[in-house]
Amino acid sequence: MILQQLVDSLSLEVLTEGADLMRGVSGGYVSDMISDVIGNAREGQVWITFQVHLNIVAAASLKGLSAIIMVNNRRPLPETLQRASEENVVIMTTSLPAFDLVGLLYDLGLRCR
Amino acid sequence: MTSSSEGTFFLTGKDFVKAGTASGSLKRVLEDMGVPSAVVRRAAIAAFEAEMNTIIYAVAGIMHYYVTAEMIKVVIQDMGQGIENIELAMTEGYSTAPDYIREMGFGSGMGLPNIKKNVDKFMLSSVSGEGTTLEFIINLEKT
Ligand SMILES: Nc1ncnc2c1ncn2[C@@H]1O[C@H](COP(=O)(O)OP(=O)(O)OP(=O)(O)O)[C@@H](O)[C@H]1O
Ligand SMILES: [Mg+2]
Repeated sequence: MILQQLVDSLSLEVLTEGADLMRGVSGGYVSDMISDVIGNAREGQVWITFQVHLNIVAAASLKGLSAIIMVNNRRPLPETLQRASEENVVIMTTSLPAFDLVGLLYDLGLRCR
Repeated sequence: MTSSSEGTFFLTGKDFVKAGTASGSLKRVLEDMGVPSAVVRRAAIAAFEAEMNTIIYAVAGIMHYYVTAEMIKVVIQDMGQGIENIELAMTEGYSTAPDYIREMGFGSGMGLPNIKKNVDKFMLSSVSGEGTTLEFIINLEKT
């Protein structure tokens, strides 16, 4: 699975300019805590979160995550988007709440472990 | 891999815009030296968690790195409140982070355990009311 397929199937809104949507997706992880993601998410996963703060970019980059997907129409702070572009971190958003988004991702075959 | 390298970054308490840039710079230094990417990741994760702790809990600090053919050594030393009970601080889930820090996604009490998991040698010492020193070493296999 690649990011483009997720964007097409779930009508996700891609927020980072020039995002590489050919990137593979190995699974997903849900958390609003940075150190939890650092400790438990796996490379290539999409990270579903309510967090919009700048520090999510560093965490996604450190772990080599495929993309950050914000739920409930949350939007990153301007500085978060800028840092994300610099570090090649893809950020998307959806109007869905986390529960529904994760259900749909699961239906598409994504798993955490 | 190029021979050896050494450097220092300055950390400012509560500066959440600059937060993560010291460990980010260290990551690039290691990449440029040709350190294997899995090792770079471990070092960058440990450095990030330590950097964030200094920014969240201390007034100011420094991150010093020292890389040789055998190892990566990083020392993060700060001036601040210090840690009263190190064993408690190392317990997964223990956190004294105030609400505004939790709102930014910190305070799960997993930072120090994350550091320990990613390094080969870990030392944490503190004088309550004065500051904290965290040192870690990651061994580089000789090839
Ligand atoms: N440099 C430091 N100075 C003072 N206290 C610290 C320092 N580093 C850690 N602590 C104390 O140890 C506790 C545990 O630290 P740890 O990094 O494991 O978790 P956290 O920072 O609270 O949350 P997380 O890292 O998961 O975001 C902190 O809540 C804090 O009380
Ligand atoms: Mg921490």
